[in-house]
Amino acid sequence: MTVQATIETKLAEGLHPLHLQVENESHRHNVPPGSESHFKVVVVTDAFEDKSLVARHRMVNEILADELQNRIHALALHTYTRQDWEDKHGSAPLSPPCLGGGKRQA
Amino acid sequence: MDVMDRIKEQVENNPVIIYMKGTPQMPMCGFSSRTAEALKACNVEFAHVNVLADPEIFQNLPRFANWPTFPQVYVNGELIGGCDITLELFQKGELKPMLEAASAKA
Repeated sequence: MTVQATIETKLAEGLHPLHLQVENESHRHNVPPGSESHFKVVVVTDAFEDKSLVARHRMVNEILADELQNRIHALALHTYTRQDWEDKHGSAPLSPPCLGGGKRQA
Repeated sequence: MDVMDRIKEQVENNPVIIYMKGTPQMPMCGFSSRTAEALKACNVEFAHVNVLADPEIFQNLPRFANWPTFPQVYVNGELIGGCDITLELFQKGELKPMLEAASAKA
């Protein structure tokens, strides 16, 4: 299974999201073409109700612990409750450009 | 000194500190850059550690607060989050008062 599909499956099972968007942003970074290293996740779920942002991120990080340890280099996370999502009119912020990550440029 | 003790000392002795890739003047990662920019925009003095220049901290910081990614921002010794959370707090207008309260206490 691709990393993207793994992330989607695990978060769908773990958080029962009302909305889940997993975007592979690796092409915007200093990695070979076709990489699955940089992801952006937007997840809207009732499971985040009454949880701080740190607690919400911890829930996601825990579900994706294996991927974060071994496969994902960067994970942009936007974690919303149903109400947050309505307040935001269904849009999450854009991720930043790469800047090189300290790797030597080819 | 043990690396965990070093980190503990850093977060306890600096009311606001960011662990980032590169420096606020020369960030090496988009997420670190955006986070440092948000801190700068609050006009509160903050410390920084360039994790690319300190391999021991780079390797061990994730288990210090059980947080797998960089950057990491600590206020009053507590992890407030990485890029996404810091930016969200900034956009909600909550970051500046939080940082101001922390440095006033120091």
